[in-house]
Amino acid sequence: MATVSMTVNGKAVTGTIDSRTLLVQFLRENLRLTGTHVGCDTSQCGACVVHVDGKAIKSCTTLALSLEGASVTTIEGLAVNGTLHPMQEAFREHHGLQCGYCTPGMIMAAVDIVNRRGHALDEQTIREDLDGNICRCTGYHNIVKAIAAGAEAMGGKAKPARQAAE
Amino acid sequence: MYAFTFHRPATARQAAGLLAKKEDAKLLAGGHTLLPTMKQRLASPGALVDLGGCADLKGIERKGRNVVIGAMTTHAEVAASPLVQEAIPGLAYLASHIGDPHVRNRGTIGGSVANNDPAADYPAACLALGATIVTNKRKIGADEFFTGLYETALEEGEIITKIAFPLASKAAYAKFRNPASRYALVGVFVAKRGSDVRVAVTGAGEGGVFRWPEAEDALKTRFTAKSLDGLKASAKGINADMHADAEYRAHLIGVMAKEAVARATGK
Repeated sequence: MATVSMTVNGKAVTGTIDSRTLLVQFLRENLRLTGTHVGCDTSQCGACVVHVDGKAIKSCTTLALSLEGASVTTIEGLAVNGTLHPMQEAFREHHGLQCGYCTPGMIMAAVDIVNRRGHALDEQTIREDLDGNICRCTGYHNIVKAIAAGAEAMGGKAKPARQAAE
Repeated sequence: MYAFTFHRPATARQAAGLLAKKEDAKLLAGGHTLLPTMKQRLASPGALVDLGGCADLKGIERKGRNVVIGAMTTHAEVAASPLVQEAIPGLAYLASHIGDPHVRNRGTIGGSVANNDPAADYPAACLALGATIVTNKRKIGADEFFTGLYETALEEGEIITKIAFPLASKAAYAKFRNPASRYALVGVFVAKRGSDVRVAVTGAGEGGVFRWPEAEDALKTRFTAKSLDGLKASAKGINADMHADAEYRAHLIGVMAKEAVARATGK
């Protein structure tokens, strides 16, 4: 067993874990943050995407011990005081989900796209940057719409949204 | 995964010390090959030495006529680097097409080169640009470095610290990717430096990345995609799997080589 400390959604956390513990297991099983999902467990589907030091990564393919001292944001860290993050709101508004399993990863990936590419996103850019996220229900159409709208909404109040995302 | 002890050194030197001391130790870079392999129990190292804390293995700099990239630099960092984009745009393009955005935020150039996956992208850039792989012990030319399927010239206890890419007057990469894995079904990197032309092919060879001398000769005469008209890569020694047979891959080599040259010449 080994000890790891990191910041998750702005709170300092420490855990004593087996060295094999993946970040997603640490989040779900130690911290009970079950919004981050395990889909394929082989770094293909993107259901487990979280932000580490402001960058989207697949938490099923990262050891928790590798992230000593890192700052992690999960889907639970996006909403502020019970108000949905603009990207979450856009997914609701545009019906960007059906079963919802891929949605946390989709939204974390979407916020990452905005952080990298700004608030005016065309369809092509969104579709290409969703390479690492698989949805088996929607056909992606409404997800793409939601991300374009969410990106724009984040521009309207870019500061709090961005802070929340990191 | 089988159990292992975990070590997180702060420098490459400490990492080398741990690697020598710990029985059955493996280096962990971005972990995007090693961790899935361990999950499948195809690898079961007794110890992992995580290079993620080694600041001396990160960074991109221009040194004379070379772009020097630290082994732990991620694909996303290479892709987004203004220095790489300006000096060797084909290399930044290659990095921006590895895996997906999340994978690119973890995967590293050193990990990719050390693993020498036959469908990885970076080996083609290293071979075509004539890169030098710098380790904690020596410097190895790309021609000597990639020795076979997942095989390299790296010895026990040797750690890649950086990779130096000499500038080329023209260079570009084109890949036909597997849409699911985004690995190269065939990827071709072409580079022209003075009168020398090098064409490196990844994704296709049974023994990993290789050069295509016939295309190099044709392009030395005139560096234009037209020079490759009618030139066919041999299907001998070419991979065949559920994604593509050898004939198809061999055909793709020609198509990707032309596309790479067209990109390198801005056409």
